[in-house]
Amino acid sequence: MSMEEQKEKADWPREKPKRDKREQKGSIEVDMNPMVDLAFLLLTFFMLATTFSQPQLMELVMPVLPEEEDVEQEQPVKETQALSIVLGEEDQVYWYVGITQPEVHQFAWDEQRVRQVLEEAQNNMSELVLLIKPMEASRYENLIDLLDEINAVGIERYAIAEVTKEDRALLPAD
Amino acid sequence: MNPMVDMAFLLVSFFMLTTTFKAAEPILIEKPQSQSEIKMPERGIATITVGEEGRIFFTVDGKYTRKKLLKMMGDQHQIDFSGTEQDEFALLPSVGLPVEQLPGFLALNPQQRKGVDQPGIPCDTARNELSDWVVLTRVANPGVRIAVNADKDTPYAYIDRIIRTLQHNKIYRFNLITELESTE
Repeated sequence: MSMEEQKEKADWPREKPKRDKREQKGSIEVDMNPMVDLAFLLLTFFMLATTFSQPQLMELVMPVLPEEEDVEQEQPVKETQALSIVLGEEDQVYWYVGITQPEVHQFAWDEQRVRQVLEEAQNNMSELVLLIKPMEASRYENLIDLLDEINAVGIERYAIAEVTKEDRALLPAD
Repeated sequence: MNPMVDMAFLLVSFFMLTTTFKAAEPILIEKPQSQSEIKMPERGIATITVGEEGRIFFTVDGKYTRKKLLKMMGDQHQIDFSGTEQDEFALLPSVGLPVEQLPGFLALNPQQRKGVDQPGIPCDTARNELSDWVVLTRVANPGVRIAVNADKDTPYAYIDRIIRTLQHNKIYRFNLITELESTE
């Protein structure tokens, strides 16, 4: 081993602290990846958990139940002004004007046709009273859609009524 | 990378602050769609949930209201709910049990509760507990609004029961929960 080599070896441990000092002068590198991962994880979580679409409310006003003594005071509705829409099973819609011996029309649920019926009634009857009669087996969605159409057409006097025996007699037997 | 990270954190804080968590629904409800533009308020709503097969669940927001409600419900049905039971009830998402099954249900831990198949709140002429829930909720929080959250395929007969119950309790104005129509 030469002298120089020996000197180098002896110097080597002494040089190390020097190099360390130089490194400390430079910027400290922190590994940011885990933090970023976490940030994105949280971001995704909150984005998915957020309820973006708030549900909409539809207001429904039901009539006051008549007290037993004043049943007779109920205002009769003019037959020519009464439009009944019966919601039946399997999305069937029946509608008729009047109460005694009316002509019953029937079709499967169709937004356009429902609107047409409502608009016609709105234009031709000055004191229109609309009776909605959902049968037990009719779907809730049809009722909501019908209420929606009524609101869109702007009919103000409507009520949800019970399907009576007379109504059932009018409908085709099934 | 720094601008991106800044952005990510900004969005995280935004979503953290704006999030209101979805209340866990007891059963899957597919809401009907409507064009109604009234937004559902975040507070002061009592929700009656009706499943496709007619099971009824009830919930109201506000811890204080719920505690008071449970206590009154207990008084009505001669069940004494303890303070811890009331606290548990305040955190419960939705109930669909006859009232006498409530103490047993409240004793379970949240994980076990998920496994319980709730039969729904009784609501028929013989026994109408829904009526009690609604009336007492109105006592506990007079400003509460009633909303009906029913599945779109629910037969009308089940909705009718609820409307009738509300009518008998002199609630004539209530809300139907829908979703904004996606088309048009």
